[in-house]
Amino acid sequence: MNPVKALFDALRPHFQEKGRGVRLYPFYEAVESIFFAPREASAGLPHVRDHLDVKRFMTLVIVALLPHLAYGIYNTGYQCRLAAGLDLAWGPVVWQGLQLVLPIVLVTYAVGFFWEVLFAVVRKHEISEGLFVTCMLFPLTLPPTIPLWQVALGISFGIVIGKEVFGGTGRNFLNPALTGRAFLYFAYPAQLSGDAVWTALAGARTTFVDAFSAATPLSVAATAVPGVRVEQALGDAGFGVAELFFGLHPGSIGGESDFLALLGALFLITLGVASWRIVAGAVLGTLATGWVLNLAAGPEAGPFLTLNPFYHLIVGGAGFAFAYMCTDPVSATHMTQVKWVYGFLVGMLTVLIRVFNPAYPEGVGLAIIFMNLFNPLLDHLEVILRTRRRVPNV
Amino acid sequence: MENLISLFVSSVFVGNILLAYFLGMCSFLAVSKNLRTSVGLGIAVVFVLAITTPVNWLVYRFLLAPGALAWAGLPGIDLSYLKLILFIAVIAGMVQVVEMVIDRYSQALYNALGVFLPLITVNCAVLGASLFMVERDYTFAETVVYGVGSGVGWALAIVSMATIKMKLRYADVPQGLQGFGINMIITGLMAMAFMLFSGITL
Repeated sequence: MNPVKALFDALRPHFQEKGRGVRLYPFYEAVESIFFAPREASAGLPHVRDHLDVKRFMTLVIVALLPHLAYGIYNTGYQCRLAAGLDLAWGPVVWQGLQLVLPIVLVTYAVGFFWEVLFAVVRKHEISEGLFVTCMLFPLTLPPTIPLWQVALGISFGIVIGKEVFGGTGRNFLNPALTGRAFLYFAYPAQLSGDAVWTALAGARTTFVDAFSAATPLSVAATAVPGVRVEQALGDAGFGVAELFFGLHPGSIGGESDFLALLGALFLITLGVASWRIVAGAVLGTLATGWVLNLAAGPEAGPFLTLNPFYHLIVGGAGFAFAYMCTDPVSATHMTQVKWVYGFLVGMLTVLIRVFNPAYPEGVGLAIIFMNLFNPLLDHLEVILRTRRRVPNV
Repeated sequence: MENLISLFVSSVFVGNILLAYFLGMCSFLAVSKNLRTSVGLGIAVVFVLAITTPVNWLVYRFLLAPGALAWAGLPGIDLSYLKLILFIAVIAGMVQVVEMVIDRYSQALYNALGVFLPLITVNCAVLGASLFMVERDYTFAETVVYGVGSGVGWALAIVSMATIKMKLRYADVPQGLQGFGINMIITGLMAMAFMLFSGITL
């Protein structure tokens, strides 16, 4: 017999009805379902037999996100050593990146697990794999300079208020990772505003200077002076199309590489995890809004209005958010056709907030949360339209 | 014209009277249980706001504002301290008139709105819009647009709240939070999402 299976079989009685650890059964079940298929089938009818269960579904998202984490570690270390003027060999860069990024990820997972296990044990529901995705997405959207206590606070808000008060994964109406991110954003704008911070400096523990102020592409675009094309200003600041697309520039830990986001989106769409309608709608919405703004921009309008629409896709975290956060199956629309509307409006709001709201350089996360509010309404409208169109079969 | 459009957009989204100023909360929390009634109430609020805010503008401009009674030969009189009480009286009166007119000419709409029409009298969003209108020195055209915009913003908020609650019928809310508690949390999260627009000046 498989020794792992034997181990779990031996441990199981301790966590069942008469065992000593019966209160910790959700924790046991979570660990077991990492190795084996869940033992319990739902009691009521109807049964849907499909290998793409929640566990596999969420694991595939994790797989798609791992390259982002690896690249984020490299990029953070690279920017840090670049700012400090140290040598940029591969080994030290990765080591530096690990030192900066791993604490953030570990704190996220530790705090996230604490809340999930606490709620699972007290409320007797299972520990859901959705937690892993939330805890992976959340640190990737943060700047590397963020204090660790803010990380803990943000993920606590996201998990508890964004998800657990509604009964856990699948029952929330906002994306939990983005809820935590938005909470931090409004509570501590100084650390998260994303206009000038975001490069950790090597040796930061020993000096007074905590962070080196380097402009992110979005702040360069937002502050471009009239008379100069934004593309030109970005290029002068060192953000050419290639840099923006591959994401080797200061920014959030994992959200900058649109190349990886594109690969990840293709991966998830091919496997049927993400909805291609949402992603396509978001890209279309971004391009269409950017194009309309180009047409509307008069000679005295701000230079951001005349930015080539394709730049809006590769600047900032738009690609990352469209691929992984917009397509969150719980908070996105559930009906088929309104996915287009949802995606389109997210793209549109992203561009509008970037261009017109001076308070926020990046608007994609908030745009997704805002649209999440209206997703039940969009679903309902499609249901009404479809039932109205149906021919009564009498 | 451009000014009016941006005022409309900002009163629906940027300064949403419910989620940015927290006015009209009681009926928002009480009535959003059912989608059909919340749509009805939303339409009624748009209707009443579109009528009472301009009427209150006229009342303020020609009766209450400092020097407003100049047309009656009394330029030195300032009755603006009466605005609170008179606005409420106007709102109550207008709601009654609107109710009678609807009852007379459109029985179907009257039945659809039902008890919500008289209840709007005590909706603080209606009074709030009138008071904001005075405070911000709107012209008559701006007042009309602002009244309609505030109503549309309020209706949008209550309709999306009703659909969110519909989705949350499958939720498993802890016992202590069921009902009012979870409603407050949902409203807070909605207000946080609406902060997307804060900072935009139109």
